Amino acid sequence: MKTVNIFSILFLATLLVTGCSEDDNTPEEVNEEETITTLIITLTPAGGGTAITLQSQDLDGDGPNAPVETVSGNLSTSTTYSGSVVVLNETETPAEDITEEVEEEAEEHQFFYVPTGNIAGITYSDQDSDGNPIGIEFELTTGAAGAATLTATLRHEPKKPNDGTLADAGGETDATATFDLTVE
Amino acid sequence: MKQSLFAILVAILPFIGYSQDCDNVLAGQVIDYHSKTPLENATILVINNQLEVKTDLKGKFKIENLCTASYQLQVSHPSCTTIVQEVQVDGVTWVDIKLEHHLEELDEVKVVGDIIKDKTNSAQEETLALGAIESYSSGSLGDALRDLGGVSSLNTGSNIVKPAIHGLNGSRVLILNDGVRMQDMEWGDEHAPNIDINAAGSVSVIKGASALQYGGDAIGGTIVMDLARVPLKDTLYGKTIINGMTNGRGGSVASSLTRAFGNGWFVKVQGNYKRLGDQEAPDYILSNTGVKEVAASLQLGKQQFTWGWDARYSYFNTEIAILRASHIGNVDDLIRSINSGEPEIVRPFTYDLQNPRQEVTHHLGKLKVYKRFEGLGKWNMQYDFQNNRRFEFDVRRGEQNDRASIDLELTTHTLNTDFKWDAKEQLQLHIGLLGRYQDNFANPATGVRRLIPDYEKLDFGGFLIGEYRVNDELLLDGGLRYDFTQIDAQKFYQTSRWEERGYDVVFQDLIVEDRGTQLLVNPVFDYHNVSVTLGANYAPTLDTEIKFNYALAQRAPNPSELFSDGLHHSAARIELGDLLIDSETSHKLMLSYQKDFNAWGVALEPYANWVQNFILLEPTSVEFTIRGAFPVWEYRQTDARLLGVDFSAYSNWTSQWKTDHQFSVVKGADRNRNTALINIPAADLRNKLTYSRPDWKDFEASLESQYVFRQNEVPDNIVVFSPEQQQEVLLEINTPPEAYHLLTFRSKMEFAISKKTKLTTSVAVNNLLNTNYREYLNRQRFFADDLGRNFLLQLKFNY
Repeated sequence: MKTVNIFSILFLATLLVTGCSEDDNTPEEVNEEETITTLIITLTPAGGGTAITLQSQDLDGDGPNAPVETVSGNLSTSTTYSGSVVVLNETETPAEDITEEVEEEAEEHQFFYVPTGNIAGITYSDQDSDGNPIGIEFELTTGAAGAATLTATLRHEPKKPNDGTLADAGGETDATATFDLTVE
Repeated sequence: MKQSLFAILVAILPFIGYSQDCDNVLAGQVIDYHSKTPLENATILVINNQLEVKTDLKGKFKIENLCTASYQLQVSHPSCTTIVQEVQVDGVTWVDIKLEHHLEELDEVKVVGDIIKDKTNSAQEETLALGAIESYSSGSLGDALRDLGGVSSLNTGSNIVKPAIHGLNGSRVLILNDGVRMQDMEWGDEHAPNIDINAAGSVSVIKGASALQYGGDAIGGTIVMDLARVPLKDTLYGKTIINGMTNGRGGSVASSLTRAFGNGWFVKVQGNYKRLGDQEAPDYILSNTGVKEVAASLQLGKQQFTWGWDARYSYFNTEIAILRASHIGNVDDLIRSINSGEPEIVRPFTYDLQNPRQEVTHHLGKLKVYKRFEGLGKWNMQYDFQNNRRFEFDVRRGEQNDRASIDLELTTHTLNTDFKWDAKEQLQLHIGLLGRYQDNFANPATGVRRLIPDYEKLDFGGFLIGEYRVNDELLLDGGLRYDFTQIDAQKFYQTSRWEERGYDVVFQDLIVEDRGTQLLVNPVFDYHNVSVTLGANYAPTLDTEIKFNYALAQRAPNPSELFSDGLHHSAARIELGDLLIDSETSHKLMLSYQKDFNAWGVALEPYANWVQNFILLEPTSVEFTIRGAFPVWEYRQTDARLLGVDFSAYSNWTSQWKTDHQFSVVKGADRNRNTALINIPAADLRNKLTYSRPDWKDFEASLESQYVFRQNEVPDNIVVFSPEQQQEVLLEINTPPEAYHLLTFRSKMEFAISKKTKLTTSVAVNNLLNTNYREYLNRQRFFADDLGRNFLLQLKFNY
């Protein structure tokens, strides 16, 4: 009985000592590594001229602040623009270009563009290895003068191929932004 | 004790002296030494003249025609030490025979675990015995407990089952695993208890905070899982259960082996392995719902009446795949899922466990020592160590997919000691102290902001419980407990969140460091909690029992309620804790009435629970991020009231046909807002018909019907702006699913293979009619139907 008790006490003491020896360090700060904070669309007129940028920026990620949308200028009537999109993580310095990851996994991603108002049409200019659109490069044609909106959505793991609508594609939204535009 | 299944043998050896007057009478009572409970239906045999008498319902006996002499009475009992008592008989003599009746240490009963003592005197309490536990061998603790009245569960799919008692779950339900309070991150809705049900010998549920020896914060209740007792004799025995099932196309194997010696030494090993692939709803495969579980334990010790010790180590590892279709991006994805009525992703069957999934490992080590002091009582001392590691994997881009999004390690050390003073026959006192240290480490390597921060927690508690027997019919109890909790966290807040919460006004002094977009803060909060319980147990006859219990309980907020902050990807919601949250206080009244007649019996158990500062998590609004809009779920406090009743009845129609009936309902109200509480289980009606023929190899078959009503009392839905639809839409996040009806069939037979080996086969069919249904308390009800028909085959070998 005596040996058992000594053994028990030793066992107890060992556990207590090893358990409590962890140091209380200041935790390391975590910056979201794959958050998309910024989506920038650049529309360059086919015949040359000033490119127009549409930007949606949400620097606090899933924090309480809503994204801020800015549009650098108005679109011209009946013009074809070559469009390109960039998604960034600006919580890191320098900002991480997440478009590269999207390109690498093009089969699992797609940008969708839904216009309203005086935008005549949008066509994809790029393809993944299966021949399905990615949407990093596209063409946008404006119509008559008036108001328009453009909603850009990046989906992860959508159904591919799909009929071009968000509803058919499914998947998860990684980034989405709606821009109010004027065609003049 | 009330069951009093004791056979008592009293041998009276008359002293020499035949010639005296032999018309004396010896009368007496056989009672339990500690509680003074009468031991009924005992056989008393006088060896020399073969005189045999039995004690009556009150443990009393009478032996006539004895001579005036000194007699020696020998009293023995299967679970008590045999005693020899000398009695001088002269005229009419009365003798009280007291038996040591400590089932927990001294058990020579052949069927292990068939006598389960109540944990409390007056609380509503129910127990699952070994047979019921074994039928859920391939399931989980939560699945098995749902068989009990008033117990439901909050599920995430069918593999993550959190038990709920009287409508409350999570931190309000304490789980004791062989005397160790589980510390396994019970704060999360999708965190199930890390317990292998196959290790249990019995599971008791105390439906309230009345068992103060285990903790004062069990506002929902306490689940006490005990191991099967090891007999005090030289023996070697084991058990293997093999389960196979069609839904999930897998099964499990559980095995245990026990070696015990007459001198008290014992060792027991036990293990369980479970593997399931994708499970199926009636109409489709529930893609990514497989599970893998490995559990093992080793226990050894020495048990004697006066002292003993035991040490136990248990390991539990589970990997659970979470329905792929339930992982969504934003509120539009959620609206689409709710409207479509079926999962967006249905793939061919696979055993692979893909993301989203979780992997949890729990280590538990325990060392317990006890000593009994003659004429005083019993002293216990226990140390336990627990380590819980949780990984949650989300669907992420590229290599990130192999990196956990949540990586938490919770380490807990607990030391407690208690003394049960049971020398007095009418009064028992139980006093105890507890100290606990806990450390949570949130690994920054996830690359995702922590949902739960690093923290250290200290707990100190002390309790005093008393039981006073007024007379044979009435037993009173009362208890008092005090708990101190300190939580010391180190957390990064986004500056924008800190300001949005208004913490820059109230808690600015907690800031340790300003890193620009994030703030490092160090909240240290103290909580002082008091719990009280008072109760009475009145049993006017052996088949009637009336119990009343009042419990005051206080619970300190858990880390999730205080510190949650951020996007919970698996739930597509932003969860926000509140540093201002204070302890909640519950006043619960419970009444139970139980009556057994010759062939039938009823039990009626109403209760009312008023909780001040009740902490709840519910959808409140929407926040916009670049990923779209997300519902915000915020913790808040309110005054809540839960009213409910559990009813059960049984009837033995003939010796072969039996029916069981059970009905449970609970109503939860938010008294500040005059609305319903969220996540309260719907009313549930069960009826079971059993046919048994012991003469046909113990054949038994049963058909159970379960009707779950629609939960009509839910909070309002919320209106959110849908960026995809460019308009406000109603998000039907609180709309309950329809009522449903399920049938379950079970049958079993036993075969003796050899003298010491027995095979029990059982066949069961769950959801016999392959009904499509969704359950309100399943968090995946937005995305997919619940499980379809499942055939289960079980082979159990006892050897």
